[in-house]
Formats: sequence, structure tokens, C-alpha cells
Amino acid sequence: MSDTPTTTKLLPKDEAAEKGLVNVQIDGNWIQVPRGTRMIEACKIAEKEVPHYCYHPKLTSPGNCRMCLVQMGMPPRPAPGADPVFGDDGYQEIGWMPRPVIACANTVAENMGIKTSGDLVEKTREGVMEFLLINHPLDCPICDQAGECSLQEFSVEHGRGQSRFVEDKIKKPKNVDIGPRINLDDERCIMCSRCIRFMDEVADDAVLGFSERGTHTTVTCHPDRRLDSNYGMNTIDLCPVGALTSKDFRFQMRVWFLKETKSIDVNCGTGCNTTVWTRGNQVYRVTPRRNDDVNSEWMPDSHRLAFHEVQGENRLTDPMIKVDGKHEITDWNTAINSAADALKEFESSEVAIIASARQTNEELFLTQGLADTIGTENVATVERTGEPDGKLISADRNPNTNGAKLLLGDSTAKLATIKDGLNDGSIKALIVLNEDLFEEANFSHDDLAGAELIISSHIIANKTAHASDIVLPGASFAEKRGSMVNVTGRLQRLNQAIQPSGNSKEDWEIIRDLILAINGESNDMYMIEDVVKMIAENVTEFNGLTFSKIGDQGTQLIETGVEIPLLTKERERAAAGIIVG
Amino acid sequence: MNTLENNVASPTTPGEQHFPPFVASDDIVALADERITHYPESKLSAVLPLIHIVQHKHGFVSKEAITWIAEKLEIEPMKVVSVVTFYPGFRQSAPGKFHYRVCRTLSCAMAGSYELMDQICEITNIDRSQLSHHHPIVVSPCGNYSVEFAECLASCGTAPVCLVNDDFHENIKPENAQDLINKYQP
Ligand code: SF4
Ligand code: FES
Ligand code: FES
Repeated sequence: MSDTPTTTKLLPKDEAAEKGLVNVQIDGNWIQVPRGTRMIEACKIAEKEVPHYCYHPKLTSPGNCRMCLVQMGMPPRPAPGADPVFGDDGYQEIGWMPRPVIACANTVAENMGIKTSGDLVEKTREGVMEFLLINHPLDCPICDQAGECSLQEFSVEHGRGQSRFVEDKIKKPKNVDIGPRINLDDERCIMCSRCIRFMDEVADDAVLGFSERGTHTTVTCHPDRRLDSNYGMNTIDLCPVGALTSKDFRFQMRVWFLKETKSIDVNCGTGCNTTVWTRGNQVYRVTPRRNDDVNSEWMPDSHRLAFHEVQGENRLTDPMIKVDGKHEITDWNTAINSAADALKEFESSEVAIIASARQTNEELFLTQGLADTIGTENVATVERTGEPDGKLISADRNPNTNGAKLLLGDSTAKLATIKDGLNDGSIKALIVLNEDLFEEANFSHDDLAGAELIISSHIIANKTAHASDIVLPGASFAEKRGSMVNVTGRLQRLNQAIQPSGNSKEDWEIIRDLILAINGESNDMYMIEDVVKMIAENVTEFNGLTFSKIGDQGTQLIETGVEIPLLTKERERAAAGIIVG
Repeated sequence: MNTLENNVASPTTPGEQHFPPFVASDDIVALADERITHYPESKLSAVLPLIHIVQHKHGFVSKEAITWIAEKLEIEPMKVVSVVTFYPGFRQSAPGKFHYRVCRTLSCAMAGSYELMDQICEITNIDRSQLSHHHPIVVSPCGNYSVEFAECLASCGTAPVCLVNDDFHENIKPENAQDLINKYQP
């Protein structure tokens, strides 16, 4: 008889190695994570928060803030000739190092131990916090970042609550006009260098840098190369403290009063994921929201600030009918019924609909329904293109071109047919949904001379609205629900953050009511979900989809083969191990 | 002046009479081009030697010089500003014709370098209270002399020591300050 078992059980290290994983003990619990994982990410997987400032998974890791210090241990090296000793649980004993290491820039190893709490770690954090606060003003009540400041949060959690610093604080510049949209308060900067790395590595416009040295270190830029990139405002979100602030948003509202609604950007085909921040019925700011299949964590400034347009003076808030050449405010019933009655004066083929690839899928589906109800085949959308910026802004400036293709077919070519029809008198009535005929579709007043009836729906009082007989005010991106398909073929969701302004109405309801008024039949569309259901039943690509299935991150609906350049670059950097990704 | 302009500004000093404004002379271009060949991997690495060349020839690093270096190395001007402001040894305003760098590290300090500094300042009418972190040198009203404390100049055995432009002087007792000034007359 022998003591040696005939079958040897695999050790955890071998089990993990087979799957490309390693075993790590985090605060006493063993977990398996992929080889090469950063310690801080392993802790995240174990749901242990490691406070950090300079680390950001989308940027390189300089390891300069020291906030993420944790205690680390490895099995002691066996004596020469000796074999490693494995305990009953299959792991080697961990020998804890007496000094802390940074979790952000070090990777895990087999049988590593990490402690994210305990005496050493807590003392270390207190020390780092005390240093960070040496030159930092202690005036959170008047700082715009309060409520979303990592320094404030971590100092409550990990600080010692008191400074022993009695020397003079260094005074750094305040209220620096560092760019057209951004203000810098150097006193608050904790020198994490996130903003500098973002401008260098993501925005490709390395205008920011540190000047001076040691306790005098200051974030700044060369006076001739200010922070004016169209991606600059992302540094505001990245800045863990109130050093970089938005000129547009600063001191407008305390962040804890704002409601956050997850949505998407509607200014181009990319559809950056966003958070819309509102209070009452007003949008205060829009910020990018992480989606690794769309916009990473960024968005262009021009799109971020575009929400102001729909809150401006020009906003349409009431249905209107033109009487003797002047628009008069009316109620919805009158407006819709007048529209339906006016349309009945024309032959089906004399009516054309100019729809928009800015409409949601639900609106587009109903637009097709409206065309069917009227019996016209004249349905066009307007192409809208611009220079792509090689990052996030797509050449396609319509947010839902792919949705329009799926729901209306190839509708852009019909625009010319409709124009011709207007000129030769075969088309006499126009329904315009969310488009401006003059500036966007290149119609002239002469083209429209033959139009006896124009019914249009808009958000702001553009030239088309002025030229219309009946104006139906619609809802802005923040005021409605709906879905769109971005350039890559991803189906994404708009959520309603505020109520439609004044008496304006969600666009899908306007179109539904128009259909109802024309055919006089009731239908089952009471909620937008009912429309979603009909799309799912009638359009193959949408089969089985509901709003909740789209989710906050969207879902790939079709494959268009289009790539978003910023993501391509990010993925290359992650694959090369430059960033975590 | 706004804060950003401060990063590259050169406050006027009486020393300016000795240092004409920066121009990329053939001389400087040749020196720079030669230096750049030492760094085939990345021109960025040549930023430090180029700043040295400029300061050596022109006394200080002006905004124009920063722009020229950045263009020469095809880097953002901010990268040059970072390096210039990082090292106290780089100046952004004109020194005197003779720049005195007195060592203040331990051996020299104990051997009387602070007194030496005081003596030099008294003789040349330099008021050191004008010093700031950003502009660490002070120039005499006549524009001929300027002073700065330096860290260990690696000659602790012969403390106190002092560099005047590129000349090294050892064992300078404070009472010999006048001799050290006399050696350098415009
Ligand atoms: S300004 Fe903000 S993001 Fe930039 S280094 Fe300072 S704290 Fe970090
Ligand atoms: S987060 Fe690790 S050092 Fe800054
Ligand atoms: S201490 Fe002055 S040379 Fe070393």
C-alpha cells in the first residue's frame, strides 16, 4: 500500500492557468481574474472600491496621485532546492509586504494577495489625502464641483479630518480663461494629469501640460494654444475636482438638485450615449455616458451644448394656423382636424410627405402609416452630411439614417421627385416633419409657389414653419421617448427627461392623431410601447424587440460595417496594453 | 497680463542691454541641428539641450525662443514651457552680463555662502527681496550683475564656491566678494 493517491487533484493555480486566469486573494477572498489584469480592476471585480484620482481605464497610467495604494503580498520564495508549499486549500501562504504599492499600474500575479483596508492602507490613505489637501482651498460650499467631487468624497471616507500643515499654502492662479468653453481654477487642481493625458492621447491636441515643479506644479497651457478643441469639455468630466469647469454650466445649479436621464445624442449618426441633467422642465447640461460600442466615455463639445437650441426663444410651443397670412395660435383638436380636412381637398397623389432621418423609429413607422392612410407614395427624407472629424462626429449628420432606411426604404432620392412634382403642379400639398425645406432640403420659395397647402411639424420656428399653413409643435430629444439606429447599426433609446415645452407634443402622438383624423378609425396606439410592438411585428429586423430589451447600452440591430474611428483607436491601444480600455 | 501669458512672459530687467532679442541665427540652427541627430528615436528628447543652447547664447529663454524650439522639434510649445519652468536653472528674463551662482548647499552654507551672497548684493546694489519662484534671479540696476543661489556645485571640499557665467571659483570668503566683482568689469 502506498500513501500517494493515484489521482492528483489539480491545484487552483493550474486550474486557473488552463483558462488564462490567475488566483488573487482580495481582502481574504480568492477570485480568479485574467492574467495581466491591473490590481485596481481586480479589486473592482471583487467589488472592493480602491479610491483613485489619476487612474482612468481609457488613459495611460502614470501612477502619480498615490491615492490607490493597497497592501500586497506574494508567496515567499522557497529556499534553494525546496519546493513551494501548498496549503490544504491549494494556495501558498502569502507573505505581506511591509510597504504599500499602487493598485492602478501594477498587474496581478498568481497567488497574489491584496488588502484594500487595514491599518497600513488606512494610514497611507490618510497621509496621501493630507498631502493633496495641503494647498487645496477648503471652501467646498462655494465650489461648483461640490456634490460630484472625488476629493470631497474620498476625504470624508479616507481623510484624517484635520491637517497638520501650519506653513503657508501656495497660492495658484484662479479663474483662468483656459479656453472658450472652459475655466480653470488651479488652486483646486490635485495634479492627477488626467486632463493633460486626455488632450494628448484622445483629443490629439496636447495643449495642456504642467508648469513649475513640486508644490508649485500648475496645470496650464501656452497662451497661443488654448484649450479650444471640440473635445475639450471632456476634461471637465474627467477632472476629479472643481479645477476644470464648464463656462456654460458653472454656478447654474447644484448637481444634487438635478435629475439624470440616460439618453443619446441626436446631432449625428454616431449617437453618443448621454446623460441629460434636468431640474423642473429645464435641461441644465448634457454629459457623455460610457458605451464602449459607441462613444467610449466622450462626446464632442458642439453636440454637448446643442441642447440650448431647443430651449431658445425660437421654440414653438403652440399649434398654429395661418389666417390671412398671419399665424394664429389654436388648440390641438382644431389644428389636427383642420389639417385632416385640408388634406382631403387633394388627390392622394398630390400629397407628399417630407419626413426626416432625425425622427425616431416610432415616428418614422407612423409616418409610413400616414402615407398609407393618405395613399401617397411620395415620402422623402433629407440627407444631411458634413465633414467627419475622425473621432466621434460622423459624416452623416442625421441621427437615424439607418432607421429611416429600414422603415421608409430608400427615401432620399424621392426628394428630387417631389421638387419636380411641385414645379410641374402634380404635387400640391406638403406634410413636412422635422425638416427645414429651405436650409436643409434646398427648396426655394419658387419651388414652393405651387404648394397650396403646407402642414409642418417642428421644434423651433424655422423658415419652413413660417411658410406653413398649419404648424404642429413637436418635442425635442429631451422631451420624448423613442429609438434610433446609429451608423454602426446599433439600436439605441432616447428617454424622456422633461415634458414637451408649452403645448408642444411628442411627435409620434402628432402623427398618430393626424392618421386618426384622416381615416376616422380608432386604433390601438395609446402608448409609445404600442407603436414599438407594431414595429416589432411588422419589420423583420425589429422582430421581438421592446424598449426594455434595447436597454441603456443599446443593442446591435444590423451590421453596417461602419466603424467609429475613435473606438478603433481605443481598441488598438487596449490590445497593445497601453490602456485598460 | 493674463495668467497664460505669464507662462512665457519675460519681465524686463536692466540686463536686457546685453542680450538682444532671440533670433534663430545660423549659429544656433547649426548647433540645434547637430544636437537633434543625437536622438534618432524622438526629437522630443532634444528639448533640454536646445533650451541650454538658447539660454547660453541669449542669456534667457524668451517666448520667441520657446516657439522656435517647439517648431524645430515639432512638439507642442507647452512641452517646452513645462521643461523651462521645471528647472530653476532656466531663466525667462535677462540676467546681468555676469551671472553669479552661489552654492547654498550644506558645506557652502556652513562655510559662509549666505554671507557671500549678501556681500555680492551689497556691492552690486541688488535687492533680493524681488525674488519670486517663477523668476529666481535678480539683476543689479546697472544691468551688469545678477545673482542666484545654486544647489551643490560638486566642490564641497573647497566651500564656499561660486559660478560666474561659466567660470568656477572656489574658496570665496565673504570678505573677498569685492575681488570677485572686480574680476568682472563690463
Ligand atoms: S485640472 Fe483636474 S484633471 Fe487636470 S490635473 Fe488638475 S485635477 Fe487633474
Ligand atoms: S490612481 Fe494609482 S497612483 Fe493615482
Ligand atoms: S555644498 Fe557647495 S559645492 Fe557642494
